[in-house]
Amino acid sequence: MLARALDSRRLRRFALKAAAGVALLYILLPLGFVTWLSFYAQEIPSYPPKGYTLDWYVAIMGNERFLSGLLLSAQLGLIATAIGLAVAVPAALAIAHFRFRGRETVNNLLLLPLMVPGVVLGTAIYVFHVETEINTGLPILGSLGGLIWGHVLVTIPWIVRLVTASLAGFDRTLEEAAQSLGATPWTTFRRVTLPSILPGVVAGALFGFVSSFGNLEMTLFLVGPGRTTLPIAILQYLQWKVDPTIAAISVVQIVLVAVAMLVTDRFVKLSRAV
Amino acid sequence: MARLELETLTKRYGDFHATRDVTLDVEEGEFLVMLGPSGCGKTTTLRMIAGFVEPSSGSVRLGGRDITRLPPWRRNTGLVFQSYALFPHMTVNQNVAFALEMRRMPAAEIGTRVAEALRLVRLGHLGDRLPRQLSGGQQQRVALARALVFHPDILLLDEPLSNLDAKLREEVRVEIRNLQRELGITTVMVTHDQEEALTIADRLVVMNEGRVRQIGTQRDLYERPADRFVAGFVGRGSFLEGTSDGQGRFRTAGGLEIACAPVEAGPAVLGLRPERVGIASEGAENGFEAVVEFVSYLGGLVDLHCRLTDSDRVIAQMVNTGGGDLPKVGDRIRIGWPAAAAFVFSGEKAT
Repeated sequence: MLARALDSRRLRRFALKAAAGVALLYILLPLGFVTWLSFYAQEIPSYPPKGYTLDWYVAIMGNERFLSGLLLSAQLGLIATAIGLAVAVPAALAIAHFRFRGRETVNNLLLLPLMVPGVVLGTAIYVFHVETEINTGLPILGSLGGLIWGHVLVTIPWIVRLVTASLAGFDRTLEEAAQSLGATPWTTFRRVTLPSILPGVVAGALFGFVSSFGNLEMTLFLVGPGRTTLPIAILQYLQWKVDPTIAAISVVQIVLVAVAMLVTDRFVKLSRAV
Repeated sequence: MARLELETLTKRYGDFHATRDVTLDVEEGEFLVMLGPSGCGKTTTLRMIAGFVEPSSGSVRLGGRDITRLPPWRRNTGLVFQSYALFPHMTVNQNVAFALEMRRMPAAEIGTRVAEALRLVRLGHLGDRLPRQLSGGQQQRVALARALVFHPDILLLDEPLSNLDAKLREEVRVEIRNLQRELGITTVMVTHDQEEALTIADRLVVMNEGRVRQIGTQRDLYERPADRFVAGFVGRGSFLEGTSDGQGRFRTAGGLEIACAPVEAGPAVLGLRPERVGIASEGAENGFEAVVEFVSYLGGLVDLHCRLTDSDRVIAQMVNTGGGDLPKVGDRIRIGWPAAAAFVFSGEKAT
């Protein structure tokens, strides 16, 4: 009996590991192929490769559109995340700490940008910009401000979600303890609350940044003339050519995000927040 | 170190009164314990003293200064929580130093004061540890050091021993009491544990349903309870329902005539402590025939749960001298008590 129970437990553990392995493979395989492809020597990707080269990476360096796109996407992501933090962290604190009417509604509204398809979000903001510009005469349409605003929307759900989650495990008597010891509410937040929820804040900021950095659909509606983010630059390139340059720039993106995650994880354990 | 005065402190949440007209003084250096069942308003009162709950009316004065509307961080009160509430990301030293940093004390002085506070709770050697590396008792002692290091005007303890196991509870309790005496600091503690309350307090406040029911020493509460609630909450007792004739006679629902202290005529409750009820000799005052329903052997003492009539039951206690037979269930015995031993509360119900 015992042996059989042990066996079935071992079997179950094996099944679990196998399922996890398959899932992991499913995620990693495309990344692996893209990386492999980026070193192919021939211009039209076909199997087997005729040889290997670093030419495509050199090509990126010489591609003005990719470089400026990378720069714009990075700037956009950073600014949007910073503003997103300023809005979403206080919002998460309010949702976690106070019981007010419409609290659930506010919470759901803040998560909405994550659930609405990017095309719909982009169209909605675009129409809003058009209407506002017609009625007020303010030059919003295609402006950098409008683009940043859209990207802020994309970062907010991530930050709200992850900060709220880390606040759920936060003991509020710590805040009362700090105040009884002479800390003002602001000092209490800075010295006690923030250090406790930091993994959530950092993870939220990271995910917010990544989703802004890679956002294509919504951004298509909001970019003005001459402003090209990296995903748009890639799309435009794809319309003319399908060579391993695309794979190379994708690898650059993957590496950037992976490095950002690894570096962050060294300081704040992301696994504690997600 | 200061005197604390609460005056008609009331907290309403809509129609619900968390506390009603709580008025009490705590002398300088006194250890006062607020005792009561959960929801009695004791914690709300403590939180109003600390500044986390704003009273609907009434005032809090500390050291002669009205602090009713002062935010917690400007009150100078040392607070110890049931959950310890140590900052998990700070070392023991940093936890204890926190209040001094808030007061912008020079670093050198902070170092001296922190070391002194930790020595006081015998944890000087653990200053570099994180809270999670300490046992529950050690954590609570750090919390105590943290609450005392800035010389607060008053020390507030919110069920500080509830999370500790029985042996540790005793140890930390003694430690808190000794420290409090040594420093002479005015202290208010909240607890629902009456043994804890009785052993640690100079004076106690019994609360129920938001009101102060009685303020007094342990003996006042046990021997002269103000009402039925206090008599039942502090210590054990048997309660008989009946009517008082106004002249020192009490007639129970089951028809017994009992001699007692005279109280107002009308419905009343008579209460008896087990140790005041014993085996009685023939012809003694308040002696009654009883049937033993249950025997509870406590070692040195034996409790006899006795039925006097179908509706009147009393617990009697006898000292176990080791000789002879103990009464058994079903035995008919005679029990009794002096007229002065019973409390009679007019106009109340037994339960």
